[in-house]
Amino acid sequence: MGSYLPNTEQAQEEMLREIGADSFDALFAHIPEEVRVKDLNLPSGKSELEVMEELENMAEKNRRFRHIFRGAGAYNHYIPAIVGSVVGKEEFVTAYTPYQAEISQGILQSIFEYQTMICELTGMDASNASVYDGATAAAEAVAMCRERKRDRVYVSAAVNPQVLQVIKTYCYASNAVVEIIPEKNGVTDIEALRGALNETSACFYMQQPNFYGILEDADALGSIVHEAGAKFIMGCNPIALAVMKTPAECGADIAVGEGQPLGLGLAFGGPYLGFMAASSKMLRKLPGRIVGETVDRDGKRAYVLTLQAREQHIRREKASSNICSNQALCALTASVYLSAMGEEGMKQAASLCISKAHYLAAELEKAGLRPKYSQPYFHEFVTVKQGKSSKILNKLEENGILGGLMLSEDEILWCATEKNTKAEIDLAAALVKEVCEE
Amino acid sequence: MKLIFERGKEGQHCTLLPVCDVPVTDLKAPKRERPLHLPHVSENELSRHYTELAGQVHGVNNGFYPLGSCTMKYNPKVNEKAASLRGFTDIHPLQPKHTVQGCLEVIKRSEDMLCEITGMDAMTMQPAAGAHGEFTGLLLIKAYHDSRHDTKRRKIIVPDSAHGTNPASAAMVGYDVVSIPSGVDGCVDLDKLKEAVGEDTAGLMLTNPNTVGLFDKNILAITSIIHEAGGLAYYDGANLNAVMGIVRPGDMGFDVVHLNLHKTFSTPHGGGGPGSGPVGCKAFLQEFLPGKQVEEKEGALAFALPKHTVGNVKAFYGNFLVVVRALTYLLTLGKEGIPEAAENAVLNANYMMHKLKDIYPMAYDETCMHEFVMTLEKMKHETDVSAMDIAKALLDYGIHPPTMYFPLIVHEALMIEPTETESRETLDEVIGVFREIYDKARENPGAMHEAPVGTYVRRLDEVRAARKPVLRFAGFEK
Repeated sequence: MGSYLPNTEQAQEEMLREIGADSFDALFAHIPEEVRVKDLNLPSGKSELEVMEELENMAEKNRRFRHIFRGAGAYNHYIPAIVGSVVGKEEFVTAYTPYQAEISQGILQSIFEYQTMICELTGMDASNASVYDGATAAAEAVAMCRERKRDRVYVSAAVNPQVLQVIKTYCYASNAVVEIIPEKNGVTDIEALRGALNETSACFYMQQPNFYGILEDADALGSIVHEAGAKFIMGCNPIALAVMKTPAECGADIAVGEGQPLGLGLAFGGPYLGFMAASSKMLRKLPGRIVGETVDRDGKRAYVLTLQAREQHIRREKASSNICSNQALCALTASVYLSAMGEEGMKQAASLCISKAHYLAAELEKAGLRPKYSQPYFHEFVTVKQGKSSKILNKLEENGILGGLMLSEDEILWCATEKNTKAEIDLAAALVKEVCEE
Repeated sequence: MKLIFERGKEGQHCTLLPVCDVPVTDLKAPKRERPLHLPHVSENELSRHYTELAGQVHGVNNGFYPLGSCTMKYNPKVNEKAASLRGFTDIHPLQPKHTVQGCLEVIKRSEDMLCEITGMDAMTMQPAAGAHGEFTGLLLIKAYHDSRHDTKRRKIIVPDSAHGTNPASAAMVGYDVVSIPSGVDGCVDLDKLKEAVGEDTAGLMLTNPNTVGLFDKNILAITSIIHEAGGLAYYDGANLNAVMGIVRPGDMGFDVVHLNLHKTFSTPHGGGGPGSGPVGCKAFLQEFLPGKQVEEKEGALAFALPKHTVGNVKAFYGNFLVVVRALTYLLTLGKEGIPEAAENAVLNANYMMHKLKDIYPMAYDETCMHEFVMTLEKMKHETDVSAMDIAKALLDYGIHPPTMYFPLIVHEALMIEPTETESRETLDEVIGVFREIYDKARENPGAMHEAPVGTYVRRLDEVRAARKPVLRFAGFEK
């Protein structure tokens, strides 16, 4: 069996003797005898070789698709080689939260750099050091906006359904009311939003591009929200942020999003990265860790966890959030990714996403799938073909292609990224055509 | 050292993406007008930048890391290898279920093994961290009382020695927090607990072994007092490393438990995350679990939605790759290795405590579990050398300081958790360092306020950081 204990049995016995215990049992004398474990019903431990074999067997039971046209919250982007190399460094991997600043400058500075990059992407004033994922970032943002007299939360029906579910769960916890603003023709129904808001409204959450890939009129939505005195939260795709109007330019009070596209693998849904940035007015309500610049005793520039008076280890039951562990290594991943890509690389990735998605849409339309919406979109879009979704997706799967996400037997949500080649798209379209012509 | 933004120059970049092989389409929606300042560096420069940063980080691999309550044990490399298998890393979370049977098996087997270790009947892997697990566990308690229309239960009892996340989590779930003082022995004062419970008690959150490193011998009485009052008992698994395989929360009377896979089950902390905070519960709470449960149906694994689920607490199924690492560890240690790890964690802590207690007063001088708390109150009073000074002095010896000033009920506290993966030789060295620092503090207390002197930076001006927050680089050329 495997073990990571350095002390030999003999050393253990000597140590027991030195502390005056005659056996391990003596150390656990406070535990009531009747609840001591008699027999743990687990398999015996195994050697590293055997364990690795088992894990490899499990991994092989999954199917890896070489060609992916599915997004819906998890995106298949190229991950530069340098990313894995940096993020795999043992110092970064095995350190704890940088509470001891003198020996944690490497982590603290990398978080400061990450915060800067998130501010650059979103245009916002301040970023935290990350939260669990895009969905929890949205839920935490909603919690930042609630006040005693303003406790109603509004969410567009055109956001990722998983994000909506997490917001609802958090609001169930805090007894806040969530109201869904319906969608009309694939985007938030702006008149419905206007009609819904009042003096009890805390905030409105929208997603850009939205769940159907469409770029909404965020400016207009934001103005309506602000007219009602509520806060405006935008959930954004970070690759799209390289080219689309930023949340800051749209008047957002808080910008959040799923950072997975920034160099993190699909990984069956996690670990991912929730990024969160706010206007300076809301800075002190930002949950989680924040790194700030200062100097050391000799006047040397240095970085430290700051504004900790907001956090649970000081505020305890008065804290607005309980988050401690975050996604630090994933935030580092995003920083390395953004550094490797640079401004040009990010714009190129965004442009490739747009171009490939539009080419895919055009080819699918030729193959017989009608686009459902006509508004501008980024890298996702919905197609319609009555009663064919399962057949289309099965056909693609038989050919090693993970097609779009089935929304219904008539509708599919597709996604293309810089990884999808023309040849791949042509192949997928040809297969779809076969099904449509059956 | 330089920030990444201060390195390289305009025009330098990495070549990563191909030219477009389809007609180029322009964004048809409003575009960003503000510039996008990102680093412009060559790959070499980028690589060196992070190598330099890594050189200013102390990880478990760099040396002793006795950070109390955080269980900084060695992170086995086979865990990393397993988590980097492409059959895990390249799987889209929304793939058809017959193409993700391996992922479902990872989740199912982890859940089963952790249920056995905790004495629980069901588990969810969705929570991403310990605090997230607390939030989730309290949601189960809330959903349970709500389902019985027992709406008067508004209070969660938390000992004053608890981690700050406990009261914060309770507040997030809309509960009022009742803090009960610990007894002189550092454990729950049964009389105070009896006074605190009533018809408004939703539950109790408890860490056992507790935050002063002691196993509460009255644990069965404690959980039964809560149950008799109609509340539920929540086990904070932060300190499970002391007792895994020795005693199970479920057998101690707990109804809900969260674990920290990044503490007890050897997954790395990543400089602050990602962690994983699975929540286990007794059968009567299973229907409220968040996310999806993995079930076996007709020879294959499938997801099933718990009947009265509280909803998702996160997108998808949790920090999956962290779960892969923990499963690797569980399979490696197995039924013998798990209690053995706990025994040695407790032995190492007692060994260190035994060899230090003649000069460093212990807050509670009795057999400890996996960690112990010393109090520097006397030293502070006599020499003005504080717990902070001692902690900072350790930095110059390449040792990560213990947890400082926690738990709040001990003055000038240093909380030491050596973990089972440290050898006796390492412990002896560290004991020697602690003794040397003690002597220095007695001989020349004034010099202690200067430590550390050999680190990359010295003590920081934290007040300045908080008063005039500088939270991003502002030196981009206009």
